[in-house]
Amino acid sequence: MSAILIVSDLNKTYGSGEREVHVLSNIDFSVPSGSTVSIVGPSGSGKTTMLGLCAGLDRPSAGSITLNEILLDRLNEDQLSEIRNRYVGFVFQDFQLIPTLTALENVMIPLELRGEKGAEQAANELLDRVGLSARLSHYPAELSGGEQQRVAIARAFSNKPKILFADEPTGNLDEETGETIEDLLFQINQEQGTTLVLVTHDLDLAEKTQQIIRLKGGKIVETRAGKNIKS
Amino acid sequence: MAIRDSRKSRSRLLLFIASISLGIAAMVGIVSFRQNLLKEIDLQAKELVGADVRIRGNRDLPDSLLNQFKKMSVDYSRENFFSSMVLFPESGGTRLTQVRALQGAYPYYGSIETIPSEAGSTFLDGKYALVDEKLILQYDAQVGDSIKVGAVTFKILGTISKVPGRSDVSATIAPIVYIPHQFIEETGLIQKGSRISYFHYFQFGQAVDTVGWVKLSEITESKGYDVETIEEEKEETGEAFSNLSSFLELVAFAALLLGCLGVSSAIYVYARSKVQSVAVLRCLGMRSWDAVGIYLIQVVLFGLIGAGIGSALGMIIHYFLPTIAKDFLPVSLDPVPYWPALLMGLAIGMVVSLLFGLLSLVGLRNISPLSAIRFGASDINFRFDRLLIPIGGAILLFIFLAVFWQIESLIEAVNFSAILVGSILFLFALGKGFVWLARRLIPKKLPYVWRQGFSNLYRPNNQTVILITTLGLGTAFLATLYFMQDLLVERVSLSAAEDRPNTILFDIQSSQHLEVKSLTKEYGLSLMQDVPVVTMRLLEVNGYTKDEAFNDSTVSYPDWAYSREYRVTYRDSLIDSEELVEGNWEGKAHSTDSIFISVAEDFMDLKLGDELLFNVQGAILKTYVGSFREIDWRRVQTNFLILFPSGVLERAPQFHVLVTRIDSKETAANFQLEAVQKFPNLSIIDLDLILKTVEEVLAKIAFVIRFMAYFSIGTGIIVMISSIILSRYQRIKENALLRTLGASRRQLWVITVAEYLFLGAMSALSGLFLSGIFATLLGIYSFDFVFTPDLTQMAIVFLLVTALSVIIGLFNSRRVVSNSPMEVLRREA
Repeated sequence: MSAILIVSDLNKTYGSGEREVHVLSNIDFSVPSGSTVSIVGPSGSGKTTMLGLCAGLDRPSAGSITLNEILLDRLNEDQLSEIRNRYVGFVFQDFQLIPTLTALENVMIPLELRGEKGAEQAANELLDRVGLSARLSHYPAELSGGEQQRVAIARAFSNKPKILFADEPTGNLDEETGETIEDLLFQINQEQGTTLVLVTHDLDLAEKTQQIIRLKGGKIVETRAGKNIKS
Repeated sequence: MAIRDSRKSRSRLLLFIASISLGIAAMVGIVSFRQNLLKEIDLQAKELVGADVRIRGNRDLPDSLLNQFKKMSVDYSRENFFSSMVLFPESGGTRLTQVRALQGAYPYYGSIETIPSEAGSTFLDGKYALVDEKLILQYDAQVGDSIKVGAVTFKILGTISKVPGRSDVSATIAPIVYIPHQFIEETGLIQKGSRISYFHYFQFGQAVDTVGWVKLSEITESKGYDVETIEEEKEETGEAFSNLSSFLELVAFAALLLGCLGVSSAIYVYARSKVQSVAVLRCLGMRSWDAVGIYLIQVVLFGLIGAGIGSALGMIIHYFLPTIAKDFLPVSLDPVPYWPALLMGLAIGMVVSLLFGLLSLVGLRNISPLSAIRFGASDINFRFDRLLIPIGGAILLFIFLAVFWQIESLIEAVNFSAILVGSILFLFALGKGFVWLARRLIPKKLPYVWRQGFSNLYRPNNQTVILITTLGLGTAFLATLYFMQDLLVERVSLSAAEDRPNTILFDIQSSQHLEVKSLTKEYGLSLMQDVPVVTMRLLEVNGYTKDEAFNDSTVSYPDWAYSREYRVTYRDSLIDSEELVEGNWEGKAHSTDSIFISVAEDFMDLKLGDELLFNVQGAILKTYVGSFREIDWRRVQTNFLILFPSGVLERAPQFHVLVTRIDSKETAANFQLEAVQKFPNLSIIDLDLILKTVEEVLAKIAFVIRFMAYFSIGTGIIVMISSIILSRYQRIKENALLRTLGASRRQLWVITVAEYLFLGAMSALSGLFLSGIFATLLGIYSFDFVFTPDLTQMAIVFLLVTALSVIIGLFNSRRVVSNSPMEVLRREA
């Protein structure tokens, strides 16, 4: 299996001089295409920063990231945007839906940005798939946390991404809802053959992925296979 | 807590401080200026008149009265004013000037300031003249040269730089030439039809017979003369300049009101950024009013800082205003700080911050503690809050009191406040209407980015209503100022249109009439009008003499109608500046008929059929009002209050006015020179010169108005920025998310442009519409003309406002577009 994500000698620092903080140091790993990977670690270990860097949302201080055989280092913001729109999906802990758009409109965005026809139909189908066909015209503030995250998942898959980054996708949800969301994530991921990169505190969830990368103090301290891999 | 909370937000309050500072600076500056001016008028009142008493009339004071006045005073001077052409023989230049023939030691207070200084008094000793320095400059003359007034040539003994009670602007309009009174007859300018003002100046000694003086004044005034004392002059001058400063204060108040909108917008922005903090504080047990209190304290404190800066700036401005307005001031002005104005600035700043702060902050009461834990619920709830009624009422009261304090007229203050509040409500409703329309009319087939941009106009938390209200009102204020200034200039320029006459020759005696006509023809000039003028006085109206009318309360014929001299003409038809509005015009009268005259509409409130008895230089003539005419007085041509039909006045003593057009400057100069040399009593009005003068005066007025308008414009731009920043907190996060999902820079630009293009365009249109209404009302009630919108000007304002809002919108979004989404989301978190 070829690697869809290759991270080499990645470093990220914030601030300068005495106030310089090393968030990530010398990170190396790769993610095979179609696999599931989780990144775990205590708060402040650099998990979310690493996710942002891998998805081209931020720029590394040193090192390189190759996504779908494209080296992100030298791309400008517009080129990075295009990469994200074409190959990447996101699910955030706090959902990050656009509050002024309805559920349907939120899901349509990635396709509409691409100028694809049939965005509305595709979004309808995805919302139906996540069980929200009755909530299409609701605004985020009118939805529960679980419902908002389901909209976020539908949006994440709407552009048929090659890789999906999920940052604590169940972190804001109760156990039961969290499990539903997990199932949904893994199911759609498998249906579409998407690579899944999860950042999580939840070790049970992490064990369901094929590979677990454990961070501590901005460094990888362990890389191993998950024990209860979902198939 | 209020201070602690403000630590990280102080930069956001800068806009708020700026909004309030400019308006207060303008107000404090103007109020201090007015106080200084009134104080100075008080101190220099004697120099405004130059004597203890001044008597003015359009005929000489009878000896009987003059002698009685002389008995009561220690010294006496006389002066005759009249307009006449003067000729500078050295340069051959001619110009219509105000000739003043003086006899005596006037002015008793102050002096005619001349260069050299002694010339102000020594010119009376021989055939000398004092000439206004503007004339000297215009005709490149110098002291020692000659000047010909009528038939007499005088030697220029000095140049006049200042005359008591006369502003520089008056000197620009009618430059003065002083000659000794003893040569007035010799000039040959005192002829039939000459308009001469007779002035008599008296200086009192220590003891004045007050009772005798009052009685004598009454008698003199009853004979149609104006008797003016220092006290009256002081009041009149003070009143005239109060009107000017009231106008400037209203402009300043407009700047302050715009500032209030800025305050409101800035605090609204501030309040929105504090929603999460308030929600957390509420979770921790803070009461809703305490939360409002935290931010209200901050707002009032920063308001005081803004007011302090504004007041200090106002004190600096008041030092410059006398220099800017010096051409209009009849007194010299050394500005001294007027501390109550400073306190007023601070007080207004505090009240404005409190009232407009409450308007935006009261919504914080409605923030649920749930907002701290539930995403999407963290917006200020601006659904109707009962408290907004008393706050709105207090704001209305503040506006009304502030306006009333400035214009001191209850009705005008009510009108002004009503127009202002009406405008805000109108814009608010319009904004709501646009939201409604946007939701229904945006085509689904538009490309996504345009649809996204336009949809932001109606989606939750849209800023459409507040932006259209603030931007619209700002545009309305600024556009009105701009249009009015332009219209005033255009109104003058209209008179200079190519087919209009531009030269008027008047005071032509009957004996000179044919010669002047032939001279005009020699120069190849067309006689556009040849108008006979007959002078007469009104003796009775419907049988009432002046005294009878005065003593009978059932009639209201004004004194001045009987006292004035009427200059009337006769002809058989109406001209294009006249329109018959009532009655019938019979152009020819036969000797056996009753004489039906035509009167300017609204004159003396006369009615059709009213009987007017005239004294035409000894002959008594009974006439009836046969018709009323609407007259366009703005036309540069001869217009008359009273028009006789032909067949009545042909044999009466008369003089003539010729109206022509001279296109070449050279022909005009030669023609005027020859006419003045041949007919020294002739006066020529050169419209080109008048236009130049009016433009000069208007440029000075415009400078003063512009100076004040800059404050409005400055505040307007700040309001515009803060209005647009209002929407930033909403849009910035959305744009960062769109960026995360793959939106390109171009797509984000287009979304932003679409939204602000529409907002800017709608605000500009609404503002222009309002300014059209304002300009129409001002035209009707203040300037007496009909406002006709100039589409080119409107298009310019429209494009400017729209472009400015798009530019500011894009400027606000630049961070999202140029930085990585992670950075933006982290910073905005």
